[in-house]
Amino acid sequence: MGKLLTGRNGILFMLGLSILFPLFFLDNRYVLYVMTTSFIFIIAIYGMNLLAGYTGQLSLAHAGFFAIGAYSVGILTTKAGMNFWLALVLAVIITCVIGFALGIIALRTREHFFAIYTLIVGYLIYLLIDKWDGLTGGVRGLIGIPIPNSIGPIEFNSAVSMYYLVLLFLVLSIFIGVRIVRSLTGRTYIAIRNSEELAQTLGINTRTNKLVSFVVSVAYAGLAGGLYASLTRFIGPEIAGIEMVFNFLVYLIVGGIGTLTGPIVGTMLFIWLTQFLQSFQEYRMLIFGPILVVIVIFYPTGLAGAFYSLKHKWLGNKEQKKEKISEIESMKKTSIQSREV
Amino acid sequence: MELFFQQLLNGLTLGSVYILVGIGLTLVFGILHVPNFAHGSLYLIGGYMTLMTMKWFGVHYFIAIIMSIITVALLAVLMERLVFNPLRDAPAIHDKIAAIGMVLFFEALVSLMWGTEYHRMQTPFGDTIKIAGMSTSAQRILVIAVAAMVVVLLYLFLKKTMIGASILAMAQNREGAFLVGINANAVAMMTFAISGVLAAIAASLASPINLVFPAMGHLVILKAFVVVIIGGMGSIPGAIIGGMILGISESLGATYISNDYKDMIAFLLLIIIMTARPKGLFAKEVY
Repeated sequence: MGKLLTGRNGILFMLGLSILFPLFFLDNRYVLYVMTTSFIFIIAIYGMNLLAGYTGQLSLAHAGFFAIGAYSVGILTTKAGMNFWLALVLAVIITCVIGFALGIIALRTREHFFAIYTLIVGYLIYLLIDKWDGLTGGVRGLIGIPIPNSIGPIEFNSAVSMYYLVLLFLVLSIFIGVRIVRSLTGRTYIAIRNSEELAQTLGINTRTNKLVSFVVSVAYAGLAGGLYASLTRFIGPEIAGIEMVFNFLVYLIVGGIGTLTGPIVGTMLFIWLTQFLQSFQEYRMLIFGPILVVIVIFYPTGLAGAFYSLKHKWLGNKEQKKEKISEIESMKKTSIQSREV
Repeated sequence: MELFFQQLLNGLTLGSVYILVGIGLTLVFGILHVPNFAHGSLYLIGGYMTLMTMKWFGVHYFIAIIMSIITVALLAVLMERLVFNPLRDAPAIHDKIAAIGMVLFFEALVSLMWGTEYHRMQTPFGDTIKIAGMSTSAQRILVIAVAAMVVVLLYLFLKKTMIGASILAMAQNREGAFLVGINANAVAMMTFAISGVLAAIAASLASPINLVFPAMGHLVILKAFVVVIIGGMGSIPGAIIGGMILGISESLGATYISNDYKDMIAFLLLIIIMTARPKGLFAKEVY
């Protein structure tokens, strides 16, 4: 059982399950919609995880970049009448460019200064979207964002097709994320997270690496935002708000910061939990807040981390038992030998 | 010209509130070495406690403030004991996240208990008074006077008493403080209590001018960060200077530039300062 759901088998199992999932809910648009939304958030959280979990830089402007991606798609499609696909590519590029420019400045600050700086940058993005009526529609938001244009015979007018489209992007994002983390670049990021001074001493260019990590993380947010805009077809300034960053953080922390499965587990769990607690909407933070605190104190690596440490403990106990048995046997032998002498 | 001085006075009022919140934040930073994002929650609870004590018991404004101070100080100590103390050896990112968890919790708690609407706080100092040709409300004068008094008292406490000296010692050098036998737990609790007291006073004084609502802590804590970063994290004189700079520039900016974008001024100021000096204007020395 332990082998079945981890490693390659586990990945294939999850992938198969997510491909077959719509077949069970063909006429239930709601379930598919919620699932698609959670996929989009997983993409965003993956970016956040790369920066906060692996490179150790907690950026609280992530929702701001998510909103930049969403508003880029929204404005380019509704106001400039652009094709969705072109708009999506442009949205990611715009987010990256803004992220690059901001990253150069923001990454001069370190640790908590970086957190505060990005928190305030995020808030400025929110204020800008909220006040810039002419471009963003202000408080009223952007309405009537079109669905993705059809590619040849494939059309995206049903919930199922949107589901598969987002799933494709999700799988791609996770694949790229895993490749980055397991590469030399990923290890460089982890080295920076563990100690920036030490990484510098080893000859790692921390500034460039942090900047690249920041831009990649922002690209994830931009992609997720763009997809979100065409899925919900309506966006308002609240997607850049502080609440949104907090939601992202909750998903990431509860799932497991610095783990590859964490963002998936955390996001799925909370998106569905939020759906079940719909009537409780306003007060759900009454539960989520303390959960966040408890998790950080007792399970710093979240549910995914807790699972792995339990597994290791379990396997470790087995090995320890084996060792103990062999130790006892060798002791018996020596005692017998000594008696013989 | 009259308008200018009027706005200057308003700036001083705003600045006084920022100073009180900023000093609490800076003091706790000396102990935690991590900015306490949950400081805004203390401010929030402080405002509501004063308002609700006045409503429930019909007591005088000052008595309500004292009740609020006691509650918030206890709450701050609880925060230290239950959340930050268990996390003292964890990476800095965990303190921040736990603090954000508390922010979420308190905001939801307040909206559950007292609703999400805006409340107006009554004050016995609502009258308009005239000073040197300028008319202003007595409450604004009260804010400035009380803030100045509290800052002086705090300064005396930190410099002239044993407990105050031990707080400063902890902030300057943790290990050194342990070596001379300072009780780290007691000092940490004391510091949190003081930061709670300051937040409660600031909230109670500012609420009659602004309003009381569940998100009131957000903007204040963001601005307190601006103040503390302008002044250098961990520096009390820095927080005072930073608070004044922010308060006055905000109030003048609202008059002469744009009222809509007045909240942006603070954040733009911060971004400009941090871009030029990533550690704040007066960083380096502690106190």
